[in-house]
Amino acid sequence: MRGKRSLFLLSALSFGFAFLYVPMAVLIFYSFNYSKLVPVWGGFSTRWYRVLFESEEMWAALTLSLKIATVNATVATLLGALAGLTLSRAGHFKGRTLFAGMVSAPLVMPEVITGLSLLLLFITLSNLIGWPSERGMTTITIAHITFSLAYVAVIVQSRLAGVSQDLEEAAQDLGGKPFRVLIDITLPLLMPALAAGWLLAFTLSLDDLVIASFVSGPGSNTLPILIYSRIRLGLRPDINALATMIILVVSIGVFVAGWLLLRQQRLRDQEAQLATADSNGK
Amino acid sequence: MSHGANHMTQSEPNRRSEPLIKVKGIVKNFGAFTAVDNVDLEIYRGELFSILGASGCGKTTLLRILAGLESPSSGTVFVDGIDITNLPPYERPVNMMFQSYALFPHMTVAHNVAYGLKRDGVAKPELWKRVDEILDMVELSDLSKRKPHQLSGGQRQRVALARALVKQPKVLLLDEPLAALDKRLREQTQFELMRIQEQVGVTFVVVTHDQGEAMTLSDRIAVMDCGRFVQIGSPSRLYEFPKNRFIASFIGSVNMLAGQVVRCDGTLCTIYIPSHDSHFEVEHGEYLDKGAAIWLAVRPEKIRISQTSPTSDMPNQILGIVDDIAYTGNMSTYRVRTEAGDVLEVTHPNQSRAKDSQLVADWGDTAHLCWAPSDAVLFSE
Ligand SMILES: Nc1ncnc2c1ncn2[C@@H]1O[C@H](COP(=O)(O)OP(=O)(O)OP(=O)(O)O)[C@@H](O)[C@H]1O
Ligand SMILES: [Mg+2]
Repeated sequence: MRGKRSLFLLSALSFGFAFLYVPMAVLIFYSFNYSKLVPVWGGFSTRWYRVLFESEEMWAALTLSLKIATVNATVATLLGALAGLTLSRAGHFKGRTLFAGMVSAPLVMPEVITGLSLLLLFITLSNLIGWPSERGMTTITIAHITFSLAYVAVIVQSRLAGVSQDLEEAAQDLGGKPFRVLIDITLPLLMPALAAGWLLAFTLSLDDLVIASFVSGPGSNTLPILIYSRIRLGLRPDINALATMIILVVSIGVFVAGWLLLRQQRLRDQEAQLATADSNGK
Repeated sequence: MSHGANHMTQSEPNRRSEPLIKVKGIVKNFGAFTAVDNVDLEIYRGELFSILGASGCGKTTLLRILAGLESPSSGTVFVDGIDITNLPPYERPVNMMFQSYALFPHMTVAHNVAYGLKRDGVAKPELWKRVDEILDMVELSDLSKRKPHQLSGGQRQRVALARALVKQPKVLLLDEPLAALDKRLREQTQFELMRIQEQVGVTFVVVTHDQGEAMTLSDRIAVMDCGRFVQIGSPSRLYEFPKNRFIASFIGSVNMLAGQVVRCDGTLCTIYIPSHDSHFEVEHGEYLDKGAAIWLAVRPEKIRISQTSPTSDMPNQILGIVDDIAYTGNMSTYRVRTEAGDVLEVTHPNQSRAKDSQLVADWGDTAHLCWAPSDAVLFSE
């Protein structure tokens, strides 16, 4: 009985994993294919990686994507942290519920809508005040910040929910003015959440195709845009190689972010455990 | 309301000039709920003052108002004659030790303690000298480089105390300072706290829900109930001259009998207790109306218990049967079922190393109880 059930669970699990990861495995596998025709195995080779590294277009797109991701992650972390702080520490102010809703709305908004509305905004602005004169890195970055910010705000808020307000009050009681307390107490405790938020924003930006396509202009291809436009002309082995690289980078990003959050959780649990152990006898 | 108390002269332990803390008409509302209800309070310099009350009665809220972490809905707070009601916490000459200790987890013990001095802009050499001194006083010098999560509960408590004390505030507010410690450690720490308070001479305001702790620690206690102060006084005054039934049963244990006034001449009252169908005499400094309903309260240790009948001229005698004996080492508590059917608690010190047979009375024995007229208290309803 037990054996049967665990057999069932095991096969369900393997099916689930297969469903998720076989396509990626296939992709990675074919990225090492010598043949120019993607589905025909022509022997192991790193030829397409070489082609990839020699393509200027590819490098330009990668550089652009990394630049956008970095600026986006930094600005989104800053703004998201402020939003998160306001939501969890400013108490009740007028319009708080509206603000909370608006901060997290981009999390559930369909990307097409976000992209479309931003595009319209940029066009209108450009007509009215002449800025942005052309769409490209700036517009994509701004677009990415709008939704990355929401993720950072949520992470910061949940971290702050776990930090007792007593700490900040104690610091104020000891003579710290509010801004000083923010620097001395709140920010150091927020560090893991900020790091995780930054990485998440970075990865989200690197990933994004839909919104970027809406607000990008001629000659400003991010990596996902480049890949997508090439794939439309048919499967190409160098894209497999590129995709493999992206999978690698993104997994590392997600893994590090997850690890940071997990470690923070563990530390908190540990401290709680220590505290109870201590109070139950010296 | 109060009767038993008034024939004593007002015991006033603090004849020292002006009070250090003066709280006037403090009210705190949370929406429709009133957590602190029109509290007046005067605390004198160098006092160890306790606020005692059941959970949720508004003790922490009152303390947070003193610290400036909560602003009162109305009322004023003076410290040293200065109105601090609208000062933010970082400008008050008051420090607080939090119930949770609130130690900064990312700082070492030494840096936790130094934080307040740094914010005051104390110069480095002076700062670390003071940190070392205070850590010495709470015996934590060896652990100064540890982080809070590497400390035991008792050690954390001392760090929190040192951190609040190092700034030499005029007043130190302590919210349940010993609640997180186990019983043994709590008892040790009570005396430690008293020693430190004496040493630094800072005025302490301690919040607690443990009446034993309040009695041990305090110069004076304010008993709080539902956001109000019921009685303020020295431990012995609260114990021996409780203002009403609530205080009498909240501080220590007490036997209560319902009755009526038969005769009262302003010093001695005769009370009829219907359930016992007998009369009792109580020394009471106030005139009471004949026939008035009254509660007679007598503490367990004020009742004498013996197996032989006391001389018949002793007033206030009750006959009963020992129902239960709780032996607690230094004394035994006898639960005596009277002929009227109610149970009275009597404590008796175990003065000699008696065998069971030599106890004052054994299970099922007949016991004679009596008490002096001056040892009972009357409360009108
Ligand atoms: N911020 C708040 N909002 C609403 N109600 C509150 C708030 N803070 C406290 N209260 C209420 O006020 C009452 C008094 O709270 P307080 O924390 O002062 O109690 P306490 O006497 O310290 O209790 P304990 O011994 O359990 O610590 C409680 O009923 C509590 O629910
Ligand atoms: Mg409390």
